[in-house]
Amino acid sequence: MAAPSDFKPIIVGFLCNWCCYGGADLCGVSRFQYPPYLRVIRLMCSGRVDLEFIFRAFAKKADGVFIGGCHLGDCHYNPEGNYDALGNSLVAKRILENVGVNPDRLRLEWVSAGEGIRFAEVMNEFGAKIKSLGPLGSSEGREIPDLQAGLEAATQLVPYFKLVERERFRVPKRTEDGYHEFFSRPDFEPLFKELVIDKLTMGRVMGALRAGESSAGDIAKKLRLDAAEVARHLHLLSQQGVVRMNGSEAQVAVAA
Amino acid sequence: MTFGLLQQQMDTQRVLRGADDNMGDIMVVGGGISGIQAALDLSASGYKVYLVEKSPTIGGKMSQLDKTFPTNDCSMCIESPKFIETDRQPNIELMTYTDVDSVEGEPGDFTVTLLKKPRYIIEDKCTGCTVCVEYCPAKIPDPFNQNLSLNKAVHIYFSQAVPLVTYIDDSCLFLKDKTCSICQTVCENDAIDFGQKAEKVKVKVGAILLSPGYETFDPLPRNDYGYGQFKNVVTSMDFERLLCSTGPHEGQILRPSDKKHPQKIAWIHCVGSRQVTPGGNSYCSSVCCSYTQKQVILAKDHLPDMHAKIFHNDIRSYGKDFERFYQRAQKLPDVHFIRSYVSVGSEDPVTGDVSIRYTTPDGVVEEFFELVVLSVGLAPPKDAQRFSKVFGIELNHHGFCKVDPFNPLQTSRPGIYTSGAFQGPMDIPESVMGASGAGAQASYLLKSRRGQLSEDRVYPEEKDTSEEEAKVGVFVCRCGANIGRVVDVPGIAEYAKTLPGVVHVEESLFACATNTAKAISDTIRDKGLNRVVVAACTPRTHEPLFRDTLREAGVNQYYFDMANIREHCTWVHSKEQEAATQKAKDIVRMSVARAGKLEPLEEFSLPVDKTALVVGGGVAGMTSAHTLAEQGYETYLIEKASDLGGMASRLHYTLEGMDVQSFLKDQKKKVYRHPKIHAITDATITHVDGYVGNFTTTVASKGRVRTIKHGAAIIATGAVEYKPTEYLYGQNDKVMTLLEMEGKLAKQDEKLLAAESVVMIQCVGCRNEDRNYCARVCCSGAMKNALKMKALKPDVDIYVLFRDIRTYGFREDYYRAASNQDVKFIRYEPQDLPQLEAKDEGGRSFIRVTAADPILGKRLELDVDAIVLAAAVIPTPGSNELARQFKVPLGPDGFFQEAHAKLRPVDFAAEGVFLCGTAQYPKHLSETITQAYGAAGRALTLLSRDTVVASGAVCAVTARDCVSCGACISVCTYGAIDFLDTPRGKKAVVNAVLCKGDGLCNAKCPTGAITLSHYTDGEVFNQIDAALELV
Repeated sequence: MAAPSDFKPIIVGFLCNWCCYGGADLCGVSRFQYPPYLRVIRLMCSGRVDLEFIFRAFAKKADGVFIGGCHLGDCHYNPEGNYDALGNSLVAKRILENVGVNPDRLRLEWVSAGEGIRFAEVMNEFGAKIKSLGPLGSSEGREIPDLQAGLEAATQLVPYFKLVERERFRVPKRTEDGYHEFFSRPDFEPLFKELVIDKLTMGRVMGALRAGESSAGDIAKKLRLDAAEVARHLHLLSQQGVVRMNGSEAQVAVAA
Repeated sequence: MTFGLLQQQMDTQRVLRGADDNMGDIMVVGGGISGIQAALDLSASGYKVYLVEKSPTIGGKMSQLDKTFPTNDCSMCIESPKFIETDRQPNIELMTYTDVDSVEGEPGDFTVTLLKKPRYIIEDKCTGCTVCVEYCPAKIPDPFNQNLSLNKAVHIYFSQAVPLVTYIDDSCLFLKDKTCSICQTVCENDAIDFGQKAEKVKVKVGAILLSPGYETFDPLPRNDYGYGQFKNVVTSMDFERLLCSTGPHEGQILRPSDKKHPQKIAWIHCVGSRQVTPGGNSYCSSVCCSYTQKQVILAKDHLPDMHAKIFHNDIRSYGKDFERFYQRAQKLPDVHFIRSYVSVGSEDPVTGDVSIRYTTPDGVVEEFFELVVLSVGLAPPKDAQRFSKVFGIELNHHGFCKVDPFNPLQTSRPGIYTSGAFQGPMDIPESVMGASGAGAQASYLLKSRRGQLSEDRVYPEEKDTSEEEAKVGVFVCRCGANIGRVVDVPGIAEYAKTLPGVVHVEESLFACATNTAKAISDTIRDKGLNRVVVAACTPRTHEPLFRDTLREAGVNQYYFDMANIREHCTWVHSKEQEAATQKAKDIVRMSVARAGKLEPLEEFSLPVDKTALVVGGGVAGMTSAHTLAEQGYETYLIEKASDLGGMASRLHYTLEGMDVQSFLKDQKKKVYRHPKIHAITDATITHVDGYVGNFTTTVASKGRVRTIKHGAAIIATGAVEYKPTEYLYGQNDKVMTLLEMEGKLAKQDEKLLAAESVVMIQCVGCRNEDRNYCARVCCSGAMKNALKMKALKPDVDIYVLFRDIRTYGFREDYYRAASNQDVKFIRYEPQDLPQLEAKDEGGRSFIRVTAADPILGKRLELDVDAIVLAAAVIPTPGSNELARQFKVPLGPDGFFQEAHAKLRPVDFAAEGVFLCGTAQYPKHLSETITQAYGAAGRALTLLSRDTVVASGAVCAVTARDCVSCGACISVCTYGAIDFLDTPRGKKAVVNAVLCKGDGLCNAKCPTGAITLSHYTDGEVFNQIDAALELV
């Protein structure tokens, strides 16, 4: 869908103090121009960016979220938090996709404090990208309340995601390749689906049911999920006694 | 107006009042990185420092560099925080644009007459807004950009300058013929004063430190390689500016003749260095090989299709990680390193390309390049001769400062020290460690007056407003025209008034000007504000100033937030005024929302145990320990062997001919006899606990175990000689290492002196797959011992088989001396190592060495009587264990890893632990001594304080919410979080002293039990919500 020409995106940016924020400063000092979409939140380290920050920004209708850290290997801090930012963004992108937000709306970049020009380039490029996607929901073809419901379900699960990440998604090699390799391993997708996406889907189904009784088909349509998938989750949820099937099994509701 | 100026205004009145009032402890002359480091260390150790710089700003040569090798850190980015630190330090009196006129007196009581040049700017009034620069009609070549671009007659030297004020160059139209005074008209602060005259200021100090740096070699007088004749021949410093985003073309590499991107670039090494021809310098400039590689790497990054040829002599990658850096440059596509002397042919009249003639195995080739970069060497500072007269110090025959190899920081005049490249060509870390070391020595001279002139700032008592409702004051800065001309400042101010919690809004022309900052303090007090938002520029430079303003008003400094509407708004959206105004309002709204959530935080002080522990009793450890003990600090010196001395016990003379054993004997005596040094030999460290200021180390020695409490630790455990497994070592007694040869020469071993011929093989056990580094000292070691052997037996034939001769700096003189004494140098390639065969023929037993001679292009056979292997210097066994105990890292080659390769060469990232000597990397004795003084100097900045202050923005745990999952503990590599057994089970607790405030744990904690203060979830949520409030 083409964005209206007067669309002025808002991008929430989390910038680490030591590199990217410095790069943004230098960009200013050097008077490199970029579009006025970014709203900056300064953090000490990109590793401080919580999954919840990202979900919250989108739930509040940010058109894009930007995370800027030090180049890998250059983190100001000993624990190299930028690797965690990398891991987090890879997880967040998958979750965003699942709840219907185009993952391209989240961008992670490394910008050093000396790369003023690069900061402008990144902002110009990302700004144009978001501009072309249009307001949140438009390129996705989704209603904002639907997206918000999904993001709410994801936010609820953040504590769980953190535990899963720690227990099961520990990346063995602290290198950029190591991270990408880990997240593209053949056994990663099924594991991620089982541990994260399934839980998220359940959360979303429950969220939809809290809004009122509905049929499996309707839920699937609303959440843009596969009907069989929804039925499978409903079955599991009913076994756990958290939803009840009404009569013909066509209607389900949250168990009282 | 910066914080320093605020300070200065208070202090300068005193400065300019009368000569006798200008009392300081130490004067540092030269405000480059070395002078800055010395001033910072000394002021932190309780001394009042005058920092005198001849340029309009501090920063020196480092500020002109784009990146630094071998990490490619952005040079300005790592240096400029030091500028701000210098500016803020109340005990540094900064005197820029000032020369030294004369010096009288003696150690402890010098009177220095300074000549303050007129800037034609009243520093206290100038806010650095640069409106005058905009209007100034006189364009001049910009010295900061090597005259490659234009600037105005009035300008700020560079955008991060300290002081951040303008100066007026002599080319100003008013100064020339009074035809223009537009700057006076446009300056809203009346900061321009054409009536200023040069002014003499007398200052009394106890000691002087000279760190005037160096000049780059100027190829113009000789037109070296066509420089000055051909437009597209530039120096490496010119190229440095071309690479830099603040350079003449905003980081675009454009060649001078037609401003096109050159796709074919040549670098020529050793321009002005390693030359005995008139106008050249005979020494090696030490830094050019690595900086050239840096430029090649960066240029390739800028111009991916670039073809480059680098014409070099020996590649001298002798420093830590330099060898890998060289390999990185070598591996780049279309980049070729060619070992050849070159000459420049001609300039193509049409294209402006320049031809270079060089030799290849197939003969001489002439090739055109679009740009030629001359890797120019380092020369003594321009003022060196004048300095020598003014300060009464001697220069060496190269024109640099003359120093004693056993104390390279002492000039020929007592009470005057030196650091940095004035001692001779050196790179940044050596300048920095020298600065700390020279500081330590000056500090010793003045120990009785420590703390007498330095002063701490005193603030009013802080009000507790934590229970009050938020009363936010918003101050919107126009920054002259910088903000005010792009966005609607009155509109923003009006808007701010409507925001929740805001009770006061004010506009100011310059929020950071001294008078405004004071007025803000008054307003906070008068209006009872308990939260302050300043909408102005970046917190990275100005937050400390405004925090201070809050402290002055008796409000907790963490109740402050900065809305960056300049760097992040008006400067980057200057053509979209309406959108920029809207964005500025959003930024202010976010800041106010955050301010509402802010909490008061305490910066807490911890006591410092004024005892030091030095691990390693070699020259490095002994020098550090002695420096600390002499200044009154109890020092424990831990040595694993049964006697002090370390590796130096095996050295007998230096390259310069100094007697190492008598130096060592003297030093050991001083250390053993010192009442404050507790040397423990045969010792092992079994356990280390604690943190900066408060360590507890357990040491076992000769059956006795003792626990030592100390505030600082210095690791000086040295390195060892590699025991070769190659070249018949250990199988044939004609084969020895370089150190063994030295021992034999020292006692005039008959068998060795009977040898008619000797082959010395370099790079044994390093520069290979096992050890990918250069051991730095062996080339000079070979020269030293070859020359010694020649002195003892002039007719001996010596052949040195080498890969690159790395006699950097003044050591080059000895390479030349060896060559002149007919020592033969034969280069070999790593894929074609020399072959050795023990032979017994015709009653003579000898070793036959076979090697390829690349110059003659044939195989050589040498039958010799002795083989000397330059065995590598390798890390001391047990370094791993020690690193683990002190929670400090080792580098990839097994040497201890300093906090920062360039600017923190003797610090560890772990506070309170320092490093020196060959434990860090192989180095020469004089370098070790410098670094040992440096480590002591850094330790003094800690030990001289009674307390250490830790930031309030650290993590804390709400025990109730902690589920003991350990997620926080596993991410915190600082070891700041531990489990504590409580009645409710194990709970994480933060040791705030060790916490660095990155907040990684906060993002990992599943229950939100651990929180990073000042960047809490609540504060960030407020900012997110405010950012999107209008969507």
